[in-house]
Amino acid sequence: MIPDLGKYALAVNSSYVLSLLALAVIIGLYVKRSRAVKRDLVAMEAVHDA
Amino acid sequence: MNYRSIAPTFWDRFWRLANPKVFMGWSGRALPWIAAAAGLSLCSGLIWGYFFTPDDIRQGSTVKIIYLHVPTALMAINGYLLMFVGALVWLIRRQHVSVLAAKAAAPVGMVMTLIALATGAIWGQPMWGTYWVWDPRLTSFLILFLFYVGYIALWAAIEDEDTAADLTSVLAIVGAVFAMLSRYAVLFWNQGLHQGTTVTMADGAQQDNISNVFFQPLLLSMAGFGLLFLTLLLIGTRTEVRSRRLKVLQARERMG
Amino acid sequence: MIQLFLRDVGLSVRSGGGFGLALIFFLIVVTLIPFALGPDQAALAVVAPGVLWLGALLACLLSLDRIFGLDFEDGTLDLLVTSPLPPEAVYIAKAAAHWLTTGLPLALAAPVLGALLNLDFETGKILCLSLLLGTPALSLIGAFGASLTIGVKRGGLLLSLLVLPLYVPSLIFGAQAVRLAGQGLPYDVALVLLSAISLGAAALLPFASGAALRINLR
Repeated sequence: MIPDLGKYALAVNSSYVLSLLALAVIIGLYVKRSRAVKRDLVAMEAVHDA
Repeated sequence: MNYRSIAPTFWDRFWRLANPKVFMGWSGRALPWIAAAAGLSLCSGLIWGYFFTPDDIRQGSTVKIIYLHVPTALMAINGYLLMFVGALVWLIRRQHVSVLAAKAAAPVGMVMTLIALATGAIWGQPMWGTYWVWDPRLTSFLILFLFYVGYIALWAAIEDEDTAADLTSVLAIVGAVFAMLSRYAVLFWNQGLHQGTTVTMADGAQQDNISNVFFQPLLLSMAGFGLLFLTLLLIGTRTEVRSRRLKVLQARERMG
Repeated sequence: MIQLFLRDVGLSVRSGGGFGLALIFFLIVVTLIPFALGPDQAALAVVAPGVLWLGALLACLLSLDRIFGLDFEDGTLDLLVTSPLPPEAVYIAKAAAHWLTTGLPLALAAPVLGALLNLDFETGKILCLSLLLGTPALSLIGAFGASLTIGVKRGGLLLSLLVLPLYVPSLIFGAQAVRLAGQGLPYDVALVLLSAISLGAAALLPFASGAALRINLR
């Protein structure tokens, strides 16, 4: 199924791999930080309301 | 005659998002849909482009890189535009959501700029023989990347939140002016040396005679990256809004 | 405002004021270039315009944190900002003092140092002119960056990071003007654009820096 990229295979594939990697990293960081802050805030508000 | 109460315009409803509670409510509901749409359009755009498009006559299979390069380049500029608007709104209206959105947009815009630079360089290598060419467009993106880094660094360097918001907003606005200036300067600089013979491949891809077989997956990919940017922007802004509330509560704790 | 300007100039020229530092740094950079690039005269002449512009630019960077830093540390800046003098005027006076003690000497010294890089006299004159027109922008932009980073501890590196991208247009037009002059091509457009940046900076950056000063000294 992988198309025949000819002599440019390395260029095209590395572009896609690097880009998807970078996207995975930034998405991961954002989601991770979002979860951490949400968790801390919920904990803080529980103490606050108690 | 107060017609606003009868028919709230889009902008009236938009400005209500300046209220953190309204923003969190709306973004919480909208986020799953936007994220899903982003995933769908991005995946289908890239899969279509990678697997199901032909090679270009001149560029061979490297033409497939446009599905990454063009959308991320657009998002790189879009990110800075957002920062500029957010900074302006903050300085004028002092509504935190806008400046926090600018803060959240910066790392995403920076990564988009990096991807645009990397794919641009990799795309250029088979064509030009070297990994880096001082092409006006690529050079402008390198300068844009440095602006992003400076903005993020300034946010990190200042302890007081509101002071950081103010100073980074001033920087963003001055930076935007200089970014536009740089774009023009770099064009002048490159043309002066090479008498305008440089052909930027992004220009080549965006010419009117680009055929549908390339343009449709490109459109899908652009939508995908755009929605992804929006998704990350919303996630990031929500995080910043929560983080600010957290700091307020922590400060209250300390004061007893 | 004039008094503030003269005071800053005086402070800079006095011993320990860092007046000659920029010039010495410029000399060192220019001396190092042939070691890095090899002694080939023709090659040095080709890169001379850019190297000299870059050297002057980096030398300007050195003294930027002094513009507000010293006065901030001993509390003088608070007094200046709360005085009847508007912060915009404080900025202009200090940027002007920086130019007089850094940009101007660098511009005058450049053709002399250019001789070390095999730069001919005619091109050297244009080099001096381009620096005279461009260094005001460097001082103005640099002072703006300094006004942003006043409260940041060890902010020198951050200051460079913020200011260098803003220097790019001036560097492009300035170095290009000298290169074109060296090749015998018309260079007036480059010089006009260079001057435009300096003038534009003088017109607009006082407001941005005034805002930054007010923010930092609240």
